[in-house]
Amino acid sequence: MSDHALFKRVAIGTIAVWLLLFAFAPNLMVVIASFLTRGESEFLVWTPTTDAYARMLDPLYLHVFWNSFYLSAMTTLLCLVIGYPFAYLIARANPAVRPYLLLLVIIPFWTSSLVRTYAMIVILNTNGLLNTLLQSLGLIDEPLELLYTDGAVIAGLVYTLLPFMVLPLYAAIEKLDWRLVEAARDLGARKVRTFASVIIPLTSPGIVAGCMLVFLPGLGMFYVADFLGGSKTTLIGNLIQRQFLSARDWPFGSAASVTLTIVMGLMIGLYLLAAKRANAKVEV
Amino acid sequence: MSEHVIELRSATKAYGKQTVLHGVDLKVRRGEFLTLLGPSGCGKTTILRLLAGFESPTTGTVLLDGQDVTALPPEDRGVNTVFQSYALFPHMTVYDNVAFGPRIKGVGGSELDTRVMEALKTVKLDGFAQRKPAQLSGGQQQRVAIARALVNRPLVLLLDESLSALDYKLRKAMQIELKQLQRQLGITFVFVTHDQEEALSMSDRVVVMNAGNIQQIGTPREVYEQPENLFVAKFVGEINTLTGTVCAVHGDGSYDIDLFGHVIDLRARRSFAVGAEVSVLIRPEDLRIWREGEGTVEDLADLFPGTVEEVIYKGTTVDLIVRLTETRELLSTTQFFNEDDASGSLLDYRIGEPVHVDWVHGWEVILPHE
Repeated sequence: MSDHALFKRVAIGTIAVWLLLFAFAPNLMVVIASFLTRGESEFLVWTPTTDAYARMLDPLYLHVFWNSFYLSAMTTLLCLVIGYPFAYLIARANPAVRPYLLLLVIIPFWTSSLVRTYAMIVILNTNGLLNTLLQSLGLIDEPLELLYTDGAVIAGLVYTLLPFMVLPLYAAIEKLDWRLVEAARDLGARKVRTFASVIIPLTSPGIVAGCMLVFLPGLGMFYVADFLGGSKTTLIGNLIQRQFLSARDWPFGSAASVTLTIVMGLMIGLYLLAAKRANAKVEV
Repeated sequence: MSEHVIELRSATKAYGKQTVLHGVDLKVRRGEFLTLLGPSGCGKTTILRLLAGFESPTTGTVLLDGQDVTALPPEDRGVNTVFQSYALFPHMTVYDNVAFGPRIKGVGGSELDTRVMEALKTVKLDGFAQRKPAQLSGGQQQRVAIARALVNRPLVLLLDESLSALDYKLRKAMQIELKQLQRQLGITFVFVTHDQEEALSMSDRVVVMNAGNIQQIGTPREVYEQPENLFVAKFVGEINTLTGTVCAVHGDGSYDIDLFGHVIDLRARRSFAVGAEVSVLIRPEDLRIWREGEGTVEDLADLFPGTVEEVIYKGTTVDLIVRLTETRELLSTTQFFNEDDASGSLLDYRIGEPVHVDWVHGWEVILPHE
């Protein structure tokens, strides 16, 4: 066996073993746990049942799912609206300045997002920086109720997840063939038209990638909801976390995890199907 | 309606300190096929972009149909461009690409359909309406790009090196098609190319450019046969240059010119003083080759001795590189096969063979030496 082939086998083997041990096995355990029963003295009892899944249909938990999707969708929308112009500006900036602008996007990654979420509390508190600033400017008389609202959770999620929107968008916009924009203008298209019918469709892979990278993690970021939403806002992530750490209901927590994974998988599947359809059109 | 459909008035264009266009004046006549010809970086594409509106001149004016459009963006000008890379929208079908312009102008329904299909028919692609650009060959994409521009019924069609991405045969075919299309539609074409053969074969008029200046504007024949300066002479086709001195001026526009000892009586369009250095320019196909013992010598002063340095067989012609004995200069010549020559043994030149070279006087061009 040549050195090259050996290296290939070792490299792929390592990754395969790693995934098997730390991704596949735990997930399998979660799936199994979701079909077991909660015990009095131990976490799980070997009595197979689908009770946990049945409980998911409880309006209380359906509401949690709905709320999570709503918050995550709002976050995604905001990230897209904020991130697109930003990514566009970076991609169109002077190539000499571009690396520094990208650095600005990446800098927040250098601090733990947990710490950054704590920082948000300092800003949004009743006596926090934002309220103090607004009051000193005379814009408000009474401090605003900012913390522990859905708005605060969305702000926190947007803040944490924005780079995941900006980076794929930047990659897509930077790759855009600018001559196509010139061609559109040459054919009489003004800015809005050019943007809607040429720039957006051609950067749609970046838009979809960015939305997935924001929406899917947004469903599970329990600590953001914990810190900024207080007890009022519960995401699927919080639900799962509580089942494992407080309620000690492993089967139900596992069932919620599995459901979330399936929903995410379905969404990715839908996206792939749509992408395939779009490509199939090309082949006709 | 102005006689000139597009006009540039003393247009300059500078990027920072670098000036790429030095006060260019250009008038494009209605319905003509005008070619901007020059080496890369000569400013020909800049002119096209000024006309299209993608760039605005640093100084000067752009007139479209007599109207000052210098400040108008490309979307508001009645011109359309066929881009070098075609720039077809990859996410749209051929139909939607062509329909893009008319849709913006509010054309819809059956009128849109008629116009799009008519444009596609003009470029012989009516069976390809539902394809995506990626499923077409380079030549087909080129046609879609032309249809997409023509469907807007532009005042002027601008073509930026539009054929240079095609292979030789396809390019030849497209040259003829473009020319036919232009004649048939009567639309003014402004074509940019660095290929002099393409420029000569397609254009009504050729604008030869170099280093941000127009060198000459004329019909292909004028540009080829009466180049105004050495740049034009050398850029448009191959040409041999002999340097000589004027040694006598006859009143009727003819001069005695001393070419390293050979004093020849030649006519020039320009006037020269005695002692002036001149370049005598002769096209390869105008040079005649005399082999040992061939023909009759009338005047030895007109014949230049040399040796065959290289023989290049080209099918219809044989090209020779001849080194002149007296100056060691190289001349390139093109000899045509003579159908009437029964012997068939002609043109079988050997390398190193001694020959004499002359040309039919009057076919040369005499320019001041640069």
